[in-house]
This record gives sequence, C-alpha cells and structure tokens, in this order.
Amino acid sequence: MTVPSSALGRLLRTPRGLGAAIVLAIIVLAAILAPVIAPYDYAAQNLRNANMDPGALHWLGTDEFGRDLFSRIIYGARTSLTVGVTSISISMVCGMALGAAAGYFGGAFDRVVTMVVDLSWSFPEILLALILIAILGPGLASTMIAISIAYLAQFTRLTRAQVMALKSETYVEATISLGAGSGHVLFRHLLPNAVTPVIVAGMLATGDAIILEATLGFFGLGAQPPTPSWGAMMSSGTAQIFIAPWIIIFPGLAIAITVIAINLFGDALIDALDIRQRLREG
Amino acid sequence: MSAPLVSMRGLGRTFVSRKGLFGAHRSMRAVDDVTLDIPAGKVTGVVGESGCGKSTLARLALRLIEASSGSVTFDGTDIGSLEPAAMRQIRRRMQMVFQDPYSSLDPRYSIADCLLEPFAIQGLMPPARQRAAQVDDLLDMVGLARSVASSFPHQLSGGQKQRVGIARALALKPQLLVLDEPTASLDVSIQAQIIELLERFRDDFGLTYLFISHDLGLVRYFCDQIVVMYLGRIVEVMDRPDARPRHPYSRALLNSTFAPDPAKRRVVTPMAGEIPSPFALPPGCAFAARCPQASALCKAERPTLAESTAGGRIACHHPQD
Repeated sequence: MTVPSSALGRLLRTPRGLGAAIVLAIIVLAAILAPVIAPYDYAAQNLRNANMDPGALHWLGTDEFGRDLFSRIIYGARTSLTVGVTSISISMVCGMALGAAAGYFGGAFDRVVTMVVDLSWSFPEILLALILIAILGPGLASTMIAISIAYLAQFTRLTRAQVMALKSETYVEATISLGAGSGHVLFRHLLPNAVTPVIVAGMLATGDAIILEATLGFFGLGAQPPTPSWGAMMSSGTAQIFIAPWIIIFPGLAIAITVIAINLFGDALIDALDIRQRLREG
Repeated sequence: MSAPLVSMRGLGRTFVSRKGLFGAHRSMRAVDDVTLDIPAGKVTGVVGESGCGKSTLARLALRLIEASSGSVTFDGTDIGSLEPAAMRQIRRRMQMVFQDPYSSLDPRYSIADCLLEPFAIQGLMPPARQRAAQVDDLLDMVGLARSVASSFPHQLSGGQKQRVGIARALALKPQLLVLDEPTASLDVSIQAQIIELLERFRDDFGLTYLFISHDLGLVRYFCDQIVVMYLGRIVEVMDRPDARPRHPYSRALLNSTFAPDPAKRRVVTPMAGEIPSPFALPPGCAFAARCPQASALCKAERPTLAESTAGGRIACHHPQD
C-alpha cells in the first residue's frame, strides 16, 4: 500500500474524512450490488406510468418513459464510477510513465514531453474531451479515452516535478555508486517516493472526471441509450422540468453527492498525508 | 609511498549552463587538469573552500559523473572507458560515504533493506535465511544495535544514519572509500566517533581513503597526503601531514583554523580581495587577486604544479618557506 495505514487511520478519525468515506462506500457498494438493490429493470419502459411522482411504488418517481428513476440512478452510478475510475487509472499510469521518463532522463525527450503537455494543459479539459470525441465518435469507450487524454497532462506534470526533485537526493547517487542502473533507480527509489501525491491527485481528478462524463452524457456524447448515465438522465429531464422536476433533480443530486464525497475524502487524505505542498509543485 | 590504487591524469570536468532558452552558454571548469595518485592503504585528504571542486573531484574519481577530459585509472583499469556491466563489477571495489546522512538513505527503506541493497544491486543477495545475519554483522561492525535493523531512517539520529551509510558502503568489501565530508553535518562529539570508526576500518581492512573536507585541522590529523584545491585546480600537494604548507593559499587556510588553546591563537588576517568568478577565470594564477605575495608575473602567467625541492608539489611562482 502506497498510502501508509497510519495516515488512513488519521483520516478516518476526522469527522470530514469519516463522513466522506462512509458516503463513498455506500455509493460504491450500490454500484457493485446494483442488480440486487434495484427494484426494477433500469430499461423497462411503462408509458402508462410516465412522469410519476416519487412515492411508495417508485421511490424517486419515473422518467418520461415510465422507467424507475431509483434503479436508473443506481445503474448510472456504475457508468459514472467505471468511466471515472478507468479513465483516471489509464491517465495516471500513462502520465506517471511519461513524467518519470521525462524527469529522469531529461534532454530532448523531456523538452518535447513538456511542450506537448503544457500545450494540452492550456486547453480546458472539457474542450479537449469534446475535440477528441468529435474525432473518435460518441460512446462509452471514446468517453473514457477522451477523459484519460484530457487529464494526462496533470499526472505527467506532477510526476515529472516529483521525479526531478527526488533525483537530486543523495540516496539516488548512493544507489548509483552501488552499481544500480536506471531501472533500479526509477522503480525502486524514485517512483515509490513520487507515487503518493500522484495517487491523491488521481483521487481528486476522479471527481472531476465524473463531472466531465456527466457533461458529455448531457450532450449525448457519452454512454448511449439505454445504458443509464447521470448526465444523459439530466438531459432528458430538461424537457420535463416543469412537469416532473425530479427527473433532473435526482441524477443531479447523485452527481453532486458523489463528487463532493470524493473531494472531501481526497482533501482529508491530503491533510492526513501532509502533502499539500508537494501537490502544488506540479 | 606505496603503489597508487587510483591515478588521475589531466582530469577535468566542465559544466555548461545557459540563462533561459536563448541565453548565451556559460561554461565553468569545476575541476581542471587534476593529476593525482591515491596511494593504496593511505588516506589522501582534499581540502579547499566551498565550490573549489573537491566534491566534483570525488565524483569523478568514482565516475559518478563523466569526465570532460583526462582519465581515472583504478588498479590499472581505465574506468572511463568501461561498459556498464564492467563498471557495475568494479563499483564493488570503490564506494562512497556522503556528506548528508539525512538524505543519503531512502526514507521508505528500513535499515535492513538499506544494508541489503548493495547485494541486491550486485546480484549477490544472500539466501533469505542468511540475510538477517548479514545485516547484524554490518550493524555490529559500525557499532549500531542490531535492533535498528527494522527501524526507518527518520527514527535514527544523524550519527546513526552516517554509521548506516558507512556500513552500506563497506557491505561489498571495497578497497577504496571516498569520504565526501562525512562529518560536516554532524555534531562535534559525533564527528570524533565517526573518524575513530574510519581509522579502525583503515587499519583492519587496509582501506584506501579519499577524504574530502574543508577542515584542514581534521585533514592534518587524519591524512597521509594532503591536496589543496582552489577553483578547480590543485595548488599544493603535501606528502606529509605535518609538512609546512608553502603555497600562500594553503597558509591562509591553515591560519584560519581555530586553535582551541587561546595562548596559541594567532591574529587571523582575513583574506582580502574577491574570489574570481568560476565562469571567467583570470589568465594568471587564480589566487592572485587575494594573494599577499602576488606579482605582475602571477597576474600574467598561470603557475604549473611542479615537484618542490622540499617534497610535495606546488603551483606557485613565489612559494613560502
């Protein structure tokens, strides 16, 4: 485990950290156990029950096709979390590899990587993702690719800054004087010491990625129907906003609660690990 | 003097830097034309002010940085031309102890991991059940309790960390140990202990030391041969620790050491003049601007390092007697 267990303990002793951890655990469990929890098939239409109020039969009401909103939100959690976690994981792994190589070897490779990364850093993530989806075509897979590329710059910069700072540590020179090659220095010393802030940044970026996924879904560029996605659900809710406002409110709440929980957890993790300064270096 | 273990011939290292993307390149000769033999089984001390190139020289001697010119020969092998595999082999025989014990140990490595790393890197890792014994041996050797094996660096004091650094350097049983100001960041009481430890290893294992320091007093106590450096060049080599320095700069260094006995304390005359910029060395003697004996010759022509009639070598137009 790269995050020391003592830090995790400290995190769970603060009310903010504990609360965020509990909410996150509930959301993740709901996503995993969706088939067990969901009272209805998320895709089952029942036009006679369209736009029903929240009540005993449908806890959060139904949408314009009469689909159970609660079931769709729970399945939507699967989409959001899968996209968020997968794309950020891909982004983190690629960014760490690029950043570590650029920071460690320097030279022309570093200059090219830094230039491309700074260039992409100057675009807002949403714009970058929209351009990429315009190229790749809408869908779940292209959403994940677009999000992972949109966040690549952040992880590359952060890892590069960490590795550059760490490589002048005396223990790196000591390892080289013992006869170690670049592989040993990078994988046994530099990356293990650089990884903690990157993981925390990844945690926070997952929240942003969920918002980005919802935004793309809202524009109809993300997961395609009938796969439920919080963003797409909100989008369809805009047409019924005066008849059935719950169609847009509940998916919106789901997004807000998830992202706030992730951010609070990440923030508490930063404090517990005492790495606020190191995160800023990127 | 015994046969040299390390021979440096015309060794130099130039660092190039530039200001910004379009700025002019500036080059600095951190080490320039150093020719020096390090006799086997002896302690060679290198002294000089901060920035005189002594740490760069230490790293050149071990090829931790590449030389810009000249060569380093270790026990008959020119290490500058070795392939990575051969270089890794020869590194077993030459090790280094670093100035800052606080950053010379990876904070994520336990002391045991740290002491086993040399074996792991060199492919000499003992079988699992012998590892603890290997670590215990190394800890015993440097006078640390065996219980520190499971500690992490942040739980140790500076002196303890430096002992771990020495144990790690000795793990592969090297012949040459380069000591880069090993006591400079330690308390005075700890310094003496570390020096005693190093003296014991020199006698027990017949080690050869290259000892880098800015403390001429300590060097005169500990070393068999003293090399004085100024702005990247050797200005004087004294082949006896008790030899009277003859170069005005060596004199000035010695005069600036603090005598514990007030009766023996001299009036310290601070060196006047400015140190020239290492990016733009004057054509003559680099010390001329600060030297009380400087003449027109010193400012025009650089003195070469030549054998002195009184023993040792000196680079000065007007050596003192």
